[in-house]
Amino acid sequence: MRSAALRTVPAIWRLVTLICTPALPRTMLTAMSIDSRTLSEFGSIVGERGLISSPEELHTYECDGLTNFRVLPSAVVLPTSAEQVQSIVLVCHREKIPFVARGSGTGLSGGALPVENGVVVSLARMNRILEIDIPNARVVVEPGVLNLDVTGRVQPQEYFYAPDPSSQSVCSIGGNVAENSGGAHCLKYGFTTTHVLGLEVVLPDGSLVHFGGKNLDTPGYDLAGVFVGSEGTLGIATKIILRIVKRPECVRTLLAAFPSTNEAGAAVSGIIAAGMLPAAIEMMDNLAIQAAEAAVHANYPNCGGLLLVELDGPLAEVEALMAHVNEICRSNGAWEFRLAQSDAERALVWKGRKAAFAAMGRISPNYIVQDGVIPRTALPQVMSEISRLSQETGLRVANVFHAGDGNLHPLVLYDRRIPGQEQAAEALSFQILELCIAAGGSITGEHGVGEEKKMMMAKMFAEPDLDTMHRVRCAFDPLQLSNPTKVFPTPRLCGEKPGEYVPHPVESAGLAERY
Amino acid sequence: MTATISSIERNLCSVLGAEQIRSASPTDAVSGVQPQIVLEPTTERQLADSLRLANEDGFTVIPRGGATKLAWGNPPARADLVLSTARLNRVLEHAHSDLTVIVEAGCTIQTLQETLAQRGQRLAVDPLWPEKATVGGVLSTNDSGALRLRFGALRDLIIGVTIALPDGTLASSGGKVVKNVAGYDLPKLVTGALGTLGIITRAVFRLHPLPHNSHSFSIMTPNLAATRELIFAIQNSKLAHTALQSHFTDEAMPTSDILFEGTEAGLDAQAAQLRALCKPAELLEAPPAVWNTRQDLWSSSTPQADPEAASFVIAKVSLLPSDLARVVEFFHRAADSNRVRWKSLIYATGLGCLRLDGPSENLCHAVLALRSSLEKLGGSLVLLHRPAELFSLDAWGTPGDSLSLMKAIKHQLDPASTLNPDRFLGGI
Repeated sequence: MRSAALRTVPAIWRLVTLICTPALPRTMLTAMSIDSRTLSEFGSIVGERGLISSPEELHTYECDGLTNFRVLPSAVVLPTSAEQVQSIVLVCHREKIPFVARGSGTGLSGGALPVENGVVVSLARMNRILEIDIPNARVVVEPGVLNLDVTGRVQPQEYFYAPDPSSQSVCSIGGNVAENSGGAHCLKYGFTTTHVLGLEVVLPDGSLVHFGGKNLDTPGYDLAGVFVGSEGTLGIATKIILRIVKRPECVRTLLAAFPSTNEAGAAVSGIIAAGMLPAAIEMMDNLAIQAAEAAVHANYPNCGGLLLVELDGPLAEVEALMAHVNEICRSNGAWEFRLAQSDAERALVWKGRKAAFAAMGRISPNYIVQDGVIPRTALPQVMSEISRLSQETGLRVANVFHAGDGNLHPLVLYDRRIPGQEQAAEALSFQILELCIAAGGSITGEHGVGEEKKMMMAKMFAEPDLDTMHRVRCAFDPLQLSNPTKVFPTPRLCGEKPGEYVPHPVESAGLAERY
Repeated sequence: MTATISSIERNLCSVLGAEQIRSASPTDAVSGVQPQIVLEPTTERQLADSLRLANEDGFTVIPRGGATKLAWGNPPARADLVLSTARLNRVLEHAHSDLTVIVEAGCTIQTLQETLAQRGQRLAVDPLWPEKATVGGVLSTNDSGALRLRFGALRDLIIGVTIALPDGTLASSGGKVVKNVAGYDLPKLVTGALGTLGIITRAVFRLHPLPHNSHSFSIMTPNLAATRELIFAIQNSKLAHTALQSHFTDEAMPTSDILFEGTEAGLDAQAAQLRALCKPAELLEAPPAVWNTRQDLWSSSTPQADPEAASFVIAKVSLLPSDLARVVEFFHRAADSNRVRWKSLIYATGLGCLRLDGPSENLCHAVLALRSSLEKLGGSLVLLHRPAELFSLDAWGTPGDSLSLMKAIKHQLDPASTLNPDRFLGGI
């Protein structure tokens, strides 16, 4: 099938790529090519401008936001319509070519990492907002629409699109759907899945189907619920029906400085115990604060634990509750308070938090962003474990949390130039995830499993759990063409019988229940 | 069926005690279909093993919680065994500081809420008949009420689930933390699946604090157009209401109820804003019981005027809020032309319930006409209650283009159609 002539091109490119991107540890720079007939078939579907097959250009697509995994795809196609996506997938299905859908490529778990000998389907050119329906609070978009643009379009009517991942100015709704993206405000408003009411999807066999709709509770299984967060393994969304939310009457953000994250964590528990559900509760430790200061001069107090508490709703309600929050923080040892009332003040307070990941570049040459979740009450214990691991390995760990829902973002700092340090940092980041599992939590709260954490899935779930998910995947994609190498720890064909149930190691040790 | 009932009974004795197996009585019938045995496992493993044995011998299984909504969906093709979750009813872990709870499927909603209330928390749902309805049953039927506007549906509150599959697998997905994207979201898949994919044995929910105070109002409107305007005015205001519902009938003026929850200061401000939106004469304080209206649709007596009208249907309807006036007009017209009485309750989410009273044949015509009108608008009409003469009338309506995918999922998890055969959409 594949011509020898074409196969030689990537071999040359492999060298060039290595020169362009120095010191990539686990690179898999192969780009086996799809035969020329199939390639021209793709070209006739998407047009000349919609097909990328030259190695120089393919290079752009070899990784997403997780840059230490790279695979050169055989081709990238950029369809402009659902019909084109359908035609592409039909060809892939016929030729058994694996494909990976890609939005803006900002994902942090390697979900949009190409697969060898596969095609990347970039949805970047499908970026139209198709319908804005204010009376029903719905917006219909194509997958390439940027997250923040949805809010931008409905702002005049005093609505907003609630899920707000830190990358919201560049990430796409299609990518958000794949990853079930969260953000700081999902504590109150929920995740992407809460806001996706319906989908038009091209299934891996090329058929175009609809899940859910503008109306609630379409009879049948909640396929939209299963599809959102499936990390591109069940098909490609070509149209998404979103729910938008009315802007609250007022928003107030309190910044409180604590001696350490323990006191800050106790204040969070106090706020929850008092029966409040803030729009967001964010926490940063001292190292994260230092980095944010160095990067964006957010003018944060230099303290051991910083808390951002945002309340929104009716003015009288918010003011009454904010007074209570203030009291709770004070009684837990907070020594400095700043209350942001205007949009400008709020923007300043949030600036350091939103820039926290990128700010690590100011205090460390390299860093790994992790994404674990723990029951909020386990915070002090997990924090002290993290600090012990940090001391043992000599690697610094900065901590940024969505504290309200226990979503940790430990940032493991390292220097790639020091031999062995990257491996040590990676190992440490996975040890932190194991702490999360042992505490009854999860290996990912919003970044997805992707390529990065698929091996951790076997630690979080037992074999029957994974097998059941795999069976659902087989219903959607019996040939496993859609993002085939992601999420699941071990490749398995559809129809293959799993082995006997083996209790989870943590379970056997009596450390955790099956969950 | 390759084995006989007595042979399966013998096999079941290897996993269940004698007191957990009994012969079914006529009260165990499911939409007129009589099961033979009722099983009451006390552990998840027992439940999964009983299901596996039934599946291996080709017996069909009806999962059952409190049996309050056993008539929902279509009649089963066969109902050999009833697998009851009645004895699987413990609240396993209320992590109040984490606002989560792990609960077994057979626990009633009321017992669960009472446990949670001890710590000032609740599962923010208001299903029908909470004193009898179980966690598993409410999940499987995706039952939601007025609170859905603020807190979302069960799909938005469930964060983890364990299900028993017909091959005996006990599979967990999700977890016990509120934020978690590891693996497929199977808790959502089984929510609303009417027990056709697996039997829910336990669930994990995120919780909400009980409100400090709450306050309800009813607002009368002279006609449908005025109701529509009122609802839009509320939506466009800065009111932060928890629930909003409207009643329409063929006899009285439309009424809407609105619920506020929060601090005392917050509630006073909300009430003042609401007063500014409506005419003083139209606004009344409402008792909390106004939020039981949906349940009252089942218990209210049949209109006596027409002795023939001894039967009724209740349907769940889904419409877009912007189509409210149009849909209520449909109710009027379909009721008039088929000579049936009607009353309905529509939530601000666009979901609602419709009750029609009249002779069966007329009810059937009215249901089909309304379903067709609603489906043309992208909505749906699902039957929840109907007289025995209408058991053959499909409960669900026209399946969309994803039916074959739904069947593929069913086939993967329950290849022999052991669970609730034929009761779900499109003959699943």
